[in-house]
Amino acid sequence: MSGTEVGLALSVLLACAVEAVEALTIVLAVGTTRSWRSALYGVGAAVVALAALVGALGPALTSMPIDTLRLVVGGLLIVFGLQWLRKAVLRAAGLKALHDEKAAFAAQTAAARDAQGRLMRGIDTYSFVISFKGVLLEGLEVVVIVLTFGANQHKLGLAAAAAGVAVALVVLAGFAVRAPLARVPENAMKFAVGVMLTSFGTFWGAEGAGASWPGNDAALLVIIPVLALAAIGMVMWLRGGAVVEEAA
Amino acid sequence: MKPLRSAWEFVVGDDWQTALGVVLALGVTGAIADSTGAAWVVMPLAVLALLALSLRRAARRA
Repeated sequence: MSGTEVGLALSVLLACAVEAVEALTIVLAVGTTRSWRSALYGVGAAVVALAALVGALGPALTSMPIDTLRLVVGGLLIVFGLQWLRKAVLRAAGLKALHDEKAAFAAQTAAARDAQGRLMRGIDTYSFVISFKGVLLEGLEVVVIVLTFGANQHKLGLAAAAAGVAVALVVLAGFAVRAPLARVPENAMKFAVGVMLTSFGTFWGAEGAGASWPGNDAALLVIIPVLALAAIGMVMWLRGGAVVEEAA
Repeated sequence: MKPLRSAWEFVVGDDWQTALGVVLALGVTGAIADSTGAAWVVMPLAVLALLALSLRRAARRA
């Protein structure tokens, strides 16, 4: 496996694991409070929808000219990556609340207890819809990452396998502890995903626009640590409070 | 209009200035790529600047 392929698999695995942890919290809350069967039907329907999206868009993306593909994919990855990285830096600097799976689980559980639901052919519609929406929304971003990374490297299978491994690990851990995975270092994982997405996006986007990197693929070995160090530096800059004081 | 708005929010999020900056930086890279071998410099610098500016805007709102 080449270095770029390892980066691809790692990025997809981390991104998918983070989203799966958040989806698991929703499904656990609805399943334990109302109906496991209905919640799992919702999960199944969402997974089928996401797989269909990958199946439909994957071939279309891989048939694009490589420079156009890299330009589009690079731009998308940078925009996505910067969103992940910005939120992770703000959380690490204490300017945004950390995502709390226990609190999210408590809120979802309370909402599930209070909600009215209808039974359709033995399926609790509330459990089905909430699980379906939760998995679909959390999964959409993963689908984009799987498609962009996979199509660009012509390794859709590897990207999909990495996503599958991440989901399996999170589901196994969820079943083992039978509770939301509150101890997962979500923000550190989001920080890493943001760095990887932005770095690969920068590399591919510039190539797609016609630039040539010194050292070709090896340039990524410089881009990734430089961006990570710069982002850590920005956490310290924000922790210092200069920006907030300046605005006050 | 709702699907378009959802797609916009999904791709661009709450920071359209950053998305616009990415598009402009890619455009500049493309425009100078034929005339200089150092066009690769544009994207890393743009990404670092866009992240810092985005964080400054978010921190001021916090």
